[in-house]
Amino acid sequence: MSAEKLIEARGLHAWYGSSHVLHGVDLLLGRGETVGLLGRNGMGKSTLIRTLLGHVRERDGRISVAGRDVSKARPHEVAKLGVAYVPEGRGIFPNLTVRENLLMAARPSRDGRREWNFERVIETFPRLGQRLDHFGAQLSGGEQQMLSIGRALATNPDAIILDEATEGLAPLIVQEIWRVIGTIRTAGIATMVVDRDYRRVAAESDRVVVLQKGRVVLEGAAKSVRHEELAGFLGV
Amino acid sequence: MDFRGGRNVVLAAAVVAALALFPLVAGKFGIDLVTKIMIFAVLALSLELLVGQTGLVCFGQAAFFGIGAYAVVLATPQYQAVSIFWLAPLAVACATLYALFVGSLVLRTRGVYFIMVTLAFAQMAYYVFHDTPLGRGTDGVYLYVRPSAEVFGVTLVNFEKPVSLYYVALAALVATFAFLAVLLRSRFGRALAGIKANEQRMRAAGFSTYAYKLAAFTLSGAIAGFAGVLFAVKDAFVNPELLAWHLSGSLLVMIILGGLGRLWGAVIGAFAYALLQEFFQSQAIFGDLAKHWLLGLGLTIIAMVALLPEGLAGLPAAVSRRLARKPARSAGGNA
Repeated sequence: MSAEKLIEARGLHAWYGSSHVLHGVDLLLGRGETVGLLGRNGMGKSTLIRTLLGHVRERDGRISVAGRDVSKARPHEVAKLGVAYVPEGRGIFPNLTVRENLLMAARPSRDGRREWNFERVIETFPRLGQRLDHFGAQLSGGEQQMLSIGRALATNPDAIILDEATEGLAPLIVQEIWRVIGTIRTAGIATMVVDRDYRRVAAESDRVVVLQKGRVVLEGAAKSVRHEELAGFLGV
Repeated sequence: MDFRGGRNVVLAAAVVAALALFPLVAGKFGIDLVTKIMIFAVLALSLELLVGQTGLVCFGQAAFFGIGAYAVVLATPQYQAVSIFWLAPLAVACATLYALFVGSLVLRTRGVYFIMVTLAFAQMAYYVFHDTPLGRGTDGVYLYVRPSAEVFGVTLVNFEKPVSLYYVALAALVATFAFLAVLLRSRFGRALAGIKANEQRMRAAGFSTYAYKLAAFTLSGAIAGFAGVLFAVKDAFVNPELLAWHLSGSLLVMIILGGLGRLWGAVIGAFAYALLQEFFQSQAIFGDLAKHWLLGLGLTIIAMVALLPEGLAGLPAAVSRRLARKPARSAGGNA
């Protein structure tokens, strides 16, 4: 990988109480790179993401973001280093309007860039523009997901981690979300994508990483990985 | 949301105007009662900031109120009026510091533990005033001379006059309400709403939620202390019951009764609670039963909470929903 390292994890372990979930995971996300994270349910994908972001306290190993050691950092410190998170289940604020959700999150990037201002986010998601004064709870599932991604973009991040962003959405909306992920890639933001549609993930990523029982079992350039091999690991 | 749309502004202005005109028609008892209610409304607003807006259920709000009130009395020499312009900031600072201290510790806990630890710290303060020479015991302390409010020899307010106190309390209520309404519309206020909805998400979005919660807790303590200053100046008497858990509990009932999540819910709740209390304590209406006023008050509150889960502040919305539903249903029937 020639790209500059943005997020790097070495020998990552994580526990939920007494259950050992991650067993020495190494992971790399280069600047501007898209990595697809694949694996069956319960294989540790979400735990890996949550550990990288500092949400899992019982962890071990080294994590760095933009060259800074964040092995012991708390979630807001990692977020401030430019890593935005679109969690599974959307994670919008139901008691705030679309406008408030976006404005609250808005901040310049670490080097002061404000490319993703309010107008640009609305341009990317025209549907949100028509719902600015609606509360988060009043939005459809697809709109909530757009708001969640929009809010992540409003922080002008260097990286966005999307956990199951298309889950439970209608096919047309899924297309729309993938279009936006494409836009994010083109904008030069590094992305880590977790999704069930492994073919789509492989098509949209530079590299894929497959997790099994908390270990990386396959890693490689998305173009060179055979779909049959992925299907074997994913049990599909 | 507060002040959303011009209608709410007009309504708020009408309420303030009505309160401003009230002393012209009311007797001494009425003025005194509404002054007290408005002070409690300021106190209820301080708790609404924590419970309704930030999702932190504090069961020790009375402590900050009591510390503010006690500070006024204890800092006043026995036979000499002290300027309110340094007495009030001093008393508010005492409450603020205690809130900062308590907040920095209790905000490490959450849920039921948070409720219990805030209660514990409030009871600690209660016993300091109840059982040590500092608080001068269970009987309380009198404020022999009310503070002065002079600027360059001109008396701005005479705190000895109940009507002056009434307008000071009204001004304090309006100022507190306006301040919180503006604050909650700011990024800080939105962040508190985010913390209430989901604190973990807020951290993931890059907010140090502890700092935000501590700021809200300290500010809430400061406002409660300010209400305590008003109370001490009005009653010219303080006793440890001002810090007791009964008052903290009553405040929670007030804001729940009024409707959590809306600032004016706290104000309506304070008025409703006090007026219900007066009603059930009235011997003219209930005769000997008035002795058992807590029973009537309790049953009424249970009924109101059961019938109006959004509180009194949610009543207009509940009515308009019901009205809107009826034609919709009949239209469905015709189709």
